[in-house]
Parts: sequence; C-alpha cells; structure tokens
Amino acid sequence: MFCLKGKSLITINVNEEDYELLIRPSDILLDTLRNQLGLTGAKPGCNNGDCGTCTVLVNGWPVKSCLMLTAEAVGKKITTVEGLKAAPIQKAFIEQFAFQCGYCTSGFLMVCHALAGIHPDPPDIVIDEWLQSNICRCTSYEEIGTAIRTVLDGKIE
Amino acid sequence: MIPFEFDYYKPATIQEATEAYCQLEAAGKEPVYYGGGSELISMARLGNLHFGSVIDIKAIPECKVLEYDRDNQLVLGSALTLSEICESKQFPLLEKTAGRIADHTMQCKITLGGNLASTILYRETVLPLLVADSRITIAGKDGIRDFPISRIFDKRLNLPKGSFVVRVSTEKGVVGSPYFHIKKTRNEKIDYPLITVAGIKTSGRLRIAFSGLLPYPFRSIKVENILNEFDDETVCAMEVVNFLSDKILSDINGSSEYRKFELKNTIINVLETMKDV
Amino acid sequence: MGSIGVGKTVIRKEAWEKVTGQAKYTDDFISNHILTAQMVTSTYAHAKIQNIDISSASSLPGVKAVLTGEDYPVLFGQLIEDHPPLARDKVRYYGEPVALVVADSAFTAAKAAAMIHVLYEPLPVINSPLQAVDTNAPLVHEKMIMYQIVKEDIYPNYDTNICDQKKIRKGDAEKAFEQCDVIVEAAFHLPQSDHIAMETRSAQARIDASGTVYIKSASQSPFSIKKIISKIFHLDQSKVIVEVPFVGGGFGGKAPVQLEILAYIASAAVGGRAVRLTNSRENDIVSSPCRMGLEAKLKLGASKDGMLQSVQMKYLVDTGAYSDIGPTLTKAIIVDCTGPYKIDNVHCDAFCVYTNHPYVTSYRGFSHASSAFCIERMMDKLAQKLNMDPAELRYKNALCPGCTSPTQVKITSSNFGNLNSCILKLKEIINWSEGTRMKVEENIIRAKGMACLWKTSNSPTDAVSGVFLTFNPDGTINLNCGCVEYGPSMKTTAAQILSEKLKMDINHISVNMDVNTKYSPEHWKTVASMTTYMLGRAVLRAAEDVIRQLTSIAAVALHCPREDLEVAEEKVYVRHDPSLFLPFKELVHGYKFLNGNAVFGPILGQGSFIMNDLNILDQETGKGKSGPFWTVGAQAVEIEYNKKDYTYRFIKAATVIDAGRVLNPKMAEGLIKGGMCMGLGLGSRESFSYDEEARVLDTSLRTYKVMHFGETPEYLVSFIETPQIDAPYHARGIAEHGIIGIPAALGNALSLAAQAEFDELPLVPETIWRMKTGGIL
Repeated sequence: MFCLKGKSLITINVNEEDYELLIRPSDILLDTLRNQLGLTGAKPGCNNGDCGTCTVLVNGWPVKSCLMLTAEAVGKKITTVEGLKAAPIQKAFIEQFAFQCGYCTSGFLMVCHALAGIHPDPPDIVIDEWLQSNICRCTSYEEIGTAIRTVLDGKIE
Repeated sequence: MIPFEFDYYKPATIQEATEAYCQLEAAGKEPVYYGGGSELISMARLGNLHFGSVIDIKAIPECKVLEYDRDNQLVLGSALTLSEICESKQFPLLEKTAGRIADHTMQCKITLGGNLASTILYRETVLPLLVADSRITIAGKDGIRDFPISRIFDKRLNLPKGSFVVRVSTEKGVVGSPYFHIKKTRNEKIDYPLITVAGIKTSGRLRIAFSGLLPYPFRSIKVENILNEFDDETVCAMEVVNFLSDKILSDINGSSEYRKFELKNTIINVLETMKDV
Repeated sequence: MGSIGVGKTVIRKEAWEKVTGQAKYTDDFISNHILTAQMVTSTYAHAKIQNIDISSASSLPGVKAVLTGEDYPVLFGQLIEDHPPLARDKVRYYGEPVALVVADSAFTAAKAAAMIHVLYEPLPVINSPLQAVDTNAPLVHEKMIMYQIVKEDIYPNYDTNICDQKKIRKGDAEKAFEQCDVIVEAAFHLPQSDHIAMETRSAQARIDASGTVYIKSASQSPFSIKKIISKIFHLDQSKVIVEVPFVGGGFGGKAPVQLEILAYIASAAVGGRAVRLTNSRENDIVSSPCRMGLEAKLKLGASKDGMLQSVQMKYLVDTGAYSDIGPTLTKAIIVDCTGPYKIDNVHCDAFCVYTNHPYVTSYRGFSHASSAFCIERMMDKLAQKLNMDPAELRYKNALCPGCTSPTQVKITSSNFGNLNSCILKLKEIINWSEGTRMKVEENIIRAKGMACLWKTSNSPTDAVSGVFLTFNPDGTINLNCGCVEYGPSMKTTAAQILSEKLKMDINHISVNMDVNTKYSPEHWKTVASMTTYMLGRAVLRAAEDVIRQLTSIAAVALHCPREDLEVAEEKVYVRHDPSLFLPFKELVHGYKFLNGNAVFGPILGQGSFIMNDLNILDQETGKGKSGPFWTVGAQAVEIEYNKKDYTYRFIKAATVIDAGRVLNPKMAEGLIKGGMCMGLGLGSRESFSYDEEARVLDTSLRTYKVMHFGETPEYLVSFIETPQIDAPYHARGIAEHGIIGIPAALGNALSLAAQAEFDELPLVPETIWRMKTGGIL
C-alpha cells in the first residue's frame, strides 16, 4: 500500500517534469508548488476553495490546489500556469483586457484552458458553471467571457 | 496549510483500507477515511478538526465504479467526483443536485461519499438517494454490507466506526423517473441552500427530500402524503409549512420566516410542474 | 508595431507577465531563510485583556519570538494616533490582532498561535453608529483626549465616541424649507462591507546590520509606510526603504498601513531577520480594515417646478474601532453632499463615530458610493412626489458653470465637465424613453433606475508626485515613478502620456513596475483616481525637461537655434528642414564630435508636481476647496423583478462618464465596467452581519458573497469628453467612478419595480419580501 509516514520523499509530475521532493503528508499542493518548486503562478486567495486563484489542472481537470494534499498528486499530471505553452487563452486574455491586477488570472486561465480542451463547444450554461468557480474583483467578468468565447470560436490562433 | 502532522495511506483494496483503519486506530493514530478531502482540509486548517492519519480511498477500484450491474442497478462508487457523476449523465436527478453543490471546480474534487458523510449540514447528494430508495454498500472490519439508505441515513450517515461507503446502488427504473430539483439561496447562485428540494414521481406518487430547511437533510413520508393527497397547491404547501414549521432554521442566509415563504413557493412550484408528468 | 500617444487602445505593459504567472506579488518572494509571522486575533469585539499566556507557544521548537501589545506600547494612525499595532489593555473589535508569533515556518507559526491563550473580560459593545452616539454609550476609546492628532482639520468630541465632526452651512436651509412646495424625508442604513482584493494583504520586513529597515508590501502607499514607520520607531526616513511589487487589487484597502508595522516589530524581535506576514482571507476580511458603514437622515425640499431649494442631512460614519481615514471619509461626504446638483441652502452634519466593528479605511469611491445612495434615492423620492421623470429632475438641477459646490467652490466647465450631456447620453443608451417600468410577462416587471455621480479627491493640500527619466544608449527611455501597479494600468498610462508628448513609440518606453522608495520619486499614494492627474502632470514636466535638454544638445550639434528644433519619433529635427536631424541615440548620452570630443552628458529628466490651490475647509461652514476637479457621470441599472418570489436579475448596467479625454479606450471601459460590477455586488449581496456581541459573521468567501461570472448584466459604457484644461491631455480620473451610482441606481430601479421604498443595502430577496409582505406568509 502506498503510504507516507512522517516526512517522506515523493515524486510528482508538474508541467511535464518529474520532481523529487521531501514533504509532510499534511502538505498542501498549493504550498508545495509555491514554496518548494517556486511555481508562484498559482496564488493563495482564500485557502478554502472559494475563490479559485490557486486553480491548477490535475490530469487536465481544474482543481483548487489549496484543497489538495501534495500526497494526492503522486501519479497525477499537474499543470500550472507556468506550464501553459502559448495557449490561445493567454493571448485572448490580453486582447480582451480580461484582467487588471492579474492576481486571479492564473486560476481563470487554467479553468478556461481545461474547458476548451474538455468541452470545445460548450453551451453558455457550461461556460458559466465552469467559470463561476473563480472570483475576479477587477473586471466585470464580461471581458473574461469574451476571451473564452474567442478561443472556443477559434478566432484566435 | 494544516497546522498538524498526519500520515497518509492509499490502499488499493477494500481489505487494505479496513485493515489499515483497525491498525491505525489501535496504534492511536486517529485515522479518518479520505475522499475528495476538501472538507477535511478546510476544517483542519482552521483547527476545527484533528486526525492522525488519513486513508485515501480513491485508489480502490470498487469506489470508482460507474456502471449498471447485473440486477440493473446503477452503481456509483463513493470516490467518484461530483463532476464525474455529472459528466456521465447516468442519473439525471443526482446530476442536477451535484451540479449545484459548491462550484464546478470543487465538483472536480468533492466525492459522492465525501458529501454524504459531510459534517456540514446540507449533504445535498443524499436527497436523490433518499427519494430513489438507493442502497448503500459499506465496508468495515466486519466485511462488506449493504443497507437500504433509510436504514443507514437518518439526519446523517450513521456508519459503524471504522467503515466507509464503497458504493451506492439505485434501481434503473427509479433513476429514469421524472424528477425535480429546486435550490434557493440568499442571492448568489453558489451558496449554501436556504432550501433545496429534490424528488421524483414514481407510480404516480411524488417523493421529496429536503436540505437547508432543518439542520439536516431529510425525506419525510408525512410530507409526501400531504403532497399526494391534497388537490389545491396552496393548501398543500401551507400544510407542509405548518408541519415543518417549528423546526425551520434561521441563520445569516435567511430567517426561518423567509425559509417558510420559500418552502411554500417551492412546494407550489413542484406541484405545478409535476402535476401532468 | 509601434503605437504613439493617447486616445487609442494600448495593451498594458505588464500583460504577458500576468498571463504567464511571471508577475510577482509580495508573498511570491519566498526564500528558505525567511521567517513567518502569524497573528493571534481577538475573539471578542470589546473586552479587557486580563492575561495573555504565551509560555507554551514560546517554548515550542522553531518559535523565534512571541509579541504582545506590551512589547511595543506605541500608537499610530494617519489622522488620529489611536491605534496600537497589537491590542493593549483591551480589544476593540472582533479579529483585532492581540499577539504575533514569529517562527521558522508557517507550520510552526500556526501551531504556536493555537497555543496562545488570552483571558478576556467582556465589555458592553457598541454594535451600531446609532448606539455609539447614545448618551451614556460605553466608550470605545476612554482616553481620546490623550491621542495625538496628526492633521489640523480633525474635530473630536472628547468623552464621546465621536472622533470627528464636519459641517456644511450654506445659505439658510431652515428658512428655505418654508418656501418649498414639496419635501421628502428618509433614513438610510448602509452596512460595512469589505474590499476583497484577490491578493490578501501581505508584508515582509528585515533590518540590516546598519539598522536600515527594508519593507516589502502589497500596498497602495509605499511612501506612507516609510513615513509612519520612521515616525513611530524614531528612524531616519532614509533608513526605511519600502518596496512594492505588483499588487493584486487594492480598491483603497491597501492604502493604510498595518501589517507593515507588525512585520517590522516581528523582524526587530528576531534581530532583524527577514519575516513575512500574510493575511489569511479570514484575517484580511475581519482583522484588516474594511469599508465604512453609514447611517443617514435626509430632508430634501423643492419648489413645484422641481427646482431643489434646500437640504438638511445628518450622517453617522461607522469608522469601527479605530479612526484610520474615517475623518476624511466623513469630509468627503460633506464636500459632495448635495450630489452634483445645485442646492443653495445646505445644512449638513457628518459625524465620524467609533464602534466595536472592524475599523474602516478608504474603498473604491471613498465614501461616495454610500452618500450617493442617500441623495440619489432622495432624488427619486422627490421625483415621485412631484410626479416628474427622475431623469428630468436631475437634468433640471444639474450643476453647471456659474454655480457653486456645497463647499462654495465655483463650478467651471473645466473642473466639473458636463453632467447634462452625461444624462442625455445615458437616456439614449439605456433607452430611457421606452419607459422605466414595464410588465414583460405575468409577474415579471422590467424597471430602470438611474443615479448621477460626482467625486473629487479630498487629498492632502500638498500631495505630490514625481518622475525621473533616463535614457538607454539606444535612445529608449526608462520612466521611473512612484505609483503602484495594482490593476488600473497607471504605469501604462504614464508611458502613454510620455509617448504622446515626445511623439515616440510607447514600446520604447520602459516603466518600472515595482516601486522602491529609495529610487522612485515620491508619489503621494496610488489612490483617489488622482494618479493620471498628478503623475501625468509630472510626466509632462519631465518630458519638457528632456525636450529642453535634447534640443539644447542638438542645437549645438546641428548648428541651429534651439527654437527651430522639434522632437518626434526619437529624433530631434529642424522644423523647416526635417532632413536635418539627429536620432536620440546620438544625443542622450552626450554628444560626440567626429574628432572624438564629447560634450554634455547623459540626459537625466525630472518632473514633479504638487497640488497647488487646495485648502483646509472652514470648520463651521465647510467652505474651501478639497480637490482640483470633479469627475461627473450618470448611471443606470435595468432589472427584471419577479413579483411572485421577490427575486430580480440584472439586465443592463450603464455608465456615462465625462472623462475629459479618454486616454486608453478599452482600458477605460474595463475600469468602468469593473466598478459597475462591484457596485452591483454592494447593492445586491455584500455586507457584514454581526451577532449581538458585534462579532462579524461573514468571515470567509463561503459566506461573504461577491459577484460571480454569469450573474452580471450587459454593460453599456459611454464617455463624454469635456476638456479639463489643467489635466494631462485633458483627462480626468475615472478609476473609481464606475461603482459610485450603481447601488443607488439599483435601489431606484427596484423601488420602482416593487413599488416600495428601499433605503438600505444590500437588496436581497428576503429584504424585498419583508418590505412587501411585512414578513407574513
């Protein structure tokens, strides 16, 4: 049985690279990404699963990394904003002014990126449901909606 | 960040899980079963919960099934995420209910078993199971056992110590019944319910279960009798309100009076929409 | 793809950093050596501290220090020094920091924090501003008389809970009411709420061997941090160096100084080692300052033709447990108390009162979103009583050149713009003429409500800004300024203004995204929608400075008089023969003759700005000038109201602002829309609720609800451009204004739809249900 007793060495795959890390079994994925891997793109916003600034992809699905143990990530493929390779949604966010302070941006990008991959042609209600997982306090959300739609409509290369 | 240490176990079989529990319990390691973990982590962070070890059941194949068995029962593993259940489109009422718990990203983490066993008072996934007379399979040191949900869920999931939910089974006919789901919140879609009702119509009778109204989710045969006996929707709704009246919650989301108003409207709404179904 | 100047959409300079996770915010700077501080906060809103037991926490391995209020018995405050960094003797609000743990990791710090036991003796609480002004109310601050008052225009009433009072006396309100044909009266109740910037507040501090203090902070006011820390701890200002990287939203909430002081004392307690202190969301909501609450009573009178004659107002600002900027919030209310309307007789009293609520600070719109709710609801009540179109009533009474403001400042086209053009344009885009209340189907009513807004700065009379320009050898420019980049794209605006003035490609202008008080010229605070004006003026002066230097050098090099030279496209050329020119790169590091001789030196440009004609308001009448200009606008909200279940949804939200000149259209639109979205949140869901012991109940985003994706209306934004003559390219500040009139417009729309008077916020269905049914089933 896979088990971690006390501080343990594990391997996790982040942005297609394997990292060997010494962790506590109680460590939170968000903290590990930021403090140990220096991947500070995922942000703490509430540490309670309410705001979405810490969203990363786990095997392609959006997950709030503040409510995931690092131990749970073993054997999974984690993608953070640093792992987006010129994804269309990044350009769309810039062109549509879909951020201002930029703090919620990584989380929104990850949700949008996952949505475009999993549901390339979603009805509006699905877009709403996915993106309601995140809070942006600067924009009106309309800009973010336009950005994801330009990507889904293939209007961005 | 969780301000205490614990050990992490990820068993591959049911037996490994229950044995690990017994051993950890005996060793004073305060084990808890771990599904999606969102509630455990958030409560632990705030110091509202303490445990010495977690047993993550997500690698147990029986906890991840999503299929019809030979008896035409839809079997859902307890470690399926709400999102997996929704995306499968197998159980429309459960899909509707799960799709309104927390937000979509959280639904990718919250598991069926985790929500059923939640300590937060809403536990909305139980509503479809209550009205569908689902069966719950649990595993513990005495092996695997199967219960009608009414036997094991009364206000909360009453599991024997050391056991966990493996799967939930629901009859195909019931899964496909006409259904309704209404969730009312203070003013924000993603919120705890003032009231959530979920129900089905089967053999010409309405079945209904509630969350948010009392400090626990419930199905009431008495309420169902009222719904199925009266012709006039408003009279019927007031009967239901009066029956539940003295126990209705009052909190920052809404006063008990307002919840009664929402209950009345919701019942009328249900009766109207389900009348000709 | 070069772009020159203002008036066209420009992508913000830091755009790519922000979509790749590369943009660094304060708590992203983590090293292995940094210690972590965590606060222990009060579980009571008002209680004597009998004992704090830190013994077991202190002895936990990894704990480096545990501090309580006794360790640093100092007081701070930007207007009244009433605030201990850690509570001493008693706590005054739920969530107040009482102790601070410094440990080798967040893990140990949290563990130790849980081991600190505080013994309290509860005291009676002040749970509303009305309670605060009761005779015999318990005092939140018993020794107010001992406090240092930092600014001259603060008027406390000692031995009460009133820490400041501001007045307007203009004309004779009482007498004028006798002449009024129509009078409306109402009381308003607006609760406290919170900024909810997505980045919680965060600060780091270290002290080097020379005693120099380094602070890194998520702040809108790096220069205030420097001044306040040097003042409290008696340090030379040159010994306090503050650095601010990207900031994840501010909305006024990061203008005050709080965590920085705690981080400093934490570092001082561990021999100057670097310490980080970051708020949990719960602490950010309740322990750090929030948005003001307001109680108000208004009486407004008009003649039967709808001309406003007289107004009488009493405001109680809930400043919470400490004054922070509360007195200035109170001042801002009186300054613009009439709304942007001509009323010759004004009697206004505004009190800033202590309560046992969390303390308050600036918030987007300052106090205007609250005071606008009151006056704009009054305008609709009056219109109803007069049986007049509310838009018509506003149009008739709109301030215009020749009128005076409540503080008797002369209104001009330049300092005010054109409100009536905004109203007309708003009516057009929201289709006001189709009707403001329509039944669209059984039980569904569509209704529109509007509100006007105005706001000036209320900045210190000597607020400053500054800019340094340096050149790279290739002729590109580095613009160094002290404003913080927390969202509204100020750094890009500065580059745009410079690009316009020098007629050069904006991509060849690099702006420092961070601020470091050691290298950056002081910019007062990045607040009050004043940055375009203040920083923009400094940029223009700096640009003139480099133009003068460039042309002086080129005059020598090109053998021509300076006045014949023009600067554009990174060249200095002869106006009447542009083929005679020198590129910047041959001038900016001095000029070198063919024989190798060099003259002049690197061009260093500088420009500075100070507010120049503001003054302290008269204590008795309020007369005086508190800001260089207003920004005015008109807003509307359209909703669909369900008569059956008392719910509503947003259909449209519209804003027309007189921007003077729109510098970056898509950005401007985004700022206004974002403001509207926040305003809809304030109107419909955001507020603190307290239990009977004055403890805030909504301490997380699970229960404190803000607007989410998919709940927002269609947004309509339009601009009027009436030049503000003294502003950079005539552009007014617009960053806050989208929020100001929206709660009022929503209140007006809903009052019309439901045919009931909604004078409190937020407007949740339960409130509407209660109002319409009396709470009876």
